[in-house]
Amino acid sequence: MNIADYKDVYVYAEQRDGKVQNVALELLGKARELADDLGEKVVAVLLGKNIAAKAQELIAAGADKVMVVENDILEHYMTEPYTQAITQIIQEQKPSIFLIGATTIGRDLGPRLSARNVTGLTADCTKLEIGEDRMLMMTRPAFGGNLMATILCKDHRPQMSTVRPGVMQKATPDANRKGEVVNYNVTFNMEKINRVKLVKVVKEEKTVADISEAKILVSGGRGVQNKEGFAKLEALANQLGGEVSSSRAMVDAGVIDHSRQVGQTGKTVRPALYMACGISGAIQHLAGMEESEFIVAINKDKFAPIFSVADLGIVGDLHKIVPMLTDKLASMK
Amino acid sequence: MKIVVCIKQVPNSSEAKIDPATGTLNRAGLPSIMNPDDKGGLEFALQLKEKYGAHVTVITMGLPQAEAILREAYAMGVDRAILLTDRKLGGADTLATSNAIAGALRTMEYDIVITGRQAIDGDTAQVGPQIAEHLDIPQVSYLAGLDYCEECKTFKCTKETEDGYEILEMQAPCLVTVLASAVQPRYMSVNGIVTAFEKEVEVWGADRINVPEECIGKAGSPTSVFKAFPKQLKPAGETFEVTPEEAVELIINKLKEKHII
Repeated sequence: MNIADYKDVYVYAEQRDGKVQNVALELLGKARELADDLGEKVVAVLLGKNIAAKAQELIAAGADKVMVVENDILEHYMTEPYTQAITQIIQEQKPSIFLIGATTIGRDLGPRLSARNVTGLTADCTKLEIGEDRMLMMTRPAFGGNLMATILCKDHRPQMSTVRPGVMQKATPDANRKGEVVNYNVTFNMEKINRVKLVKVVKEEKTVADISEAKILVSGGRGVQNKEGFAKLEALANQLGGEVSSSRAMVDAGVIDHSRQVGQTGKTVRPALYMACGISGAIQHLAGMEESEFIVAINKDKFAPIFSVADLGIVGDLHKIVPMLTDKLASMK
Repeated sequence: MKIVVCIKQVPNSSEAKIDPATGTLNRAGLPSIMNPDDKGGLEFALQLKEKYGAHVTVITMGLPQAEAILREAYAMGVDRAILLTDRKLGGADTLATSNAIAGALRTMEYDIVITGRQAIDGDTAQVGPQIAEHLDIPQVSYLAGLDYCEECKTFKCTKETEDGYEILEMQAPCLVTVLASAVQPRYMSVNGIVTAFEKEVEVWGADRINVPEECIGKAGSPTSVFKAFPKQLKPAGETFEVTPEEAVELIINKLKEKHII
């Protein structure tokens, strides 16, 4: 492999039901910065059925060029046809960098692409920048978030990474930006594709909200005590237009479902507001929420470690403060 | 049916240390468990065994101490356990790890390979799909449900997505990556615990898997850690000991200031 042959920053433009996903626009924002540092282009890869009309949206978000692959078998994401199409583009176009959203689709597609193209893939990067020797410096949390590691992919191309939704900033869309749209012709190996058949796609009105998408989380720990205590947090979350989440203690106690657990064995969240109520702040919990933009902690114990990451700490009884706060917010509407 | 489940021993704490010399994680001396998603995968395998009859093998790659999770798997009901351990396999990134495990799988028969979706120490979710690619078999990741059709030799898979789920039919041989939340793993049986220590854990070295040395371990890893550093914790904000009324005022003022309300 001659690394000098590889150039430009590629982004997988994830779409679902014909709608470009936010994470793709966020990645284009980051790709624009990286490409400007390198003096190279941003190329979006858009796959689907009758999807070409979405190319302009990607150009407005920062793409110089959009590679469009349209085919009936690309209507809904499936591992093999998507891997085949993108592999052909990688083999023929030789991107230097390839960015993918760390969604259920991206985390299925990314490793498959990296293995087929024999290159490195760094998951869930929180920072991407160009280093001195024009290499991509990929920084991600390691070991439950206590350590950060900067990873390089020195001798293989493309340098691939996935990034979780909400981590990068999308650029303000510019409808006047000009870009090139290329209809890319892909040859599919149907024998491999036919090994898996998509029988049914079911969309559910999620009874369980995805707390990692929530902008506001009201989170409860041991101090909440029980379901009655949690109802107070739910009322506050409703008033704020947010969701409830919890520490591990409340999940183990059976008060709340595991899908709402924040922390090392739960989910990583970075909402605009994280209200930690009755959470002491074990390191495993902090690992899952300390990136939140604004953290309010309410705890009776003034020595609770949660106060070390809180922007605003209140030493007090959540069972009094939370209902009063809810009422006050309601009265302000 | 022949099933191989790939499992990993992971530290059950965040007390990890980085080896300053190599920049890689030092896993020695940490309390360890079977990775939760892998344990979910093992449960699916044992359920298939009960329903259709199957031979279940577990394999792990790791340090010699990883034998502990293989004994645990024996106590849960597997038929064969393999420990892939060799200095030559150390320092591997996900691609080199998947090369080594795929190499081991090539020497075995399987209708389905089951892995966890991701391990709680690395959280990459990459090794399963990468193994599938090396073996040239199809995959379904984020698996929440699994059944088998004996006549058509296909697995019926329920895949969890952000906004619902999908049902897929996949021809054997194939690979799935399982979510821990999909299933409640069984406990070790008393009899299983007793006999687990009498059963053989096969120890395989790198020479057993027939993968070129440039594809495994540090040499086979396209990615390398350039630097590792403790996370910069942001400075703590202010903490107040005030009456509930004052606390409510403080919170509301801050939320207004930050344009959250």
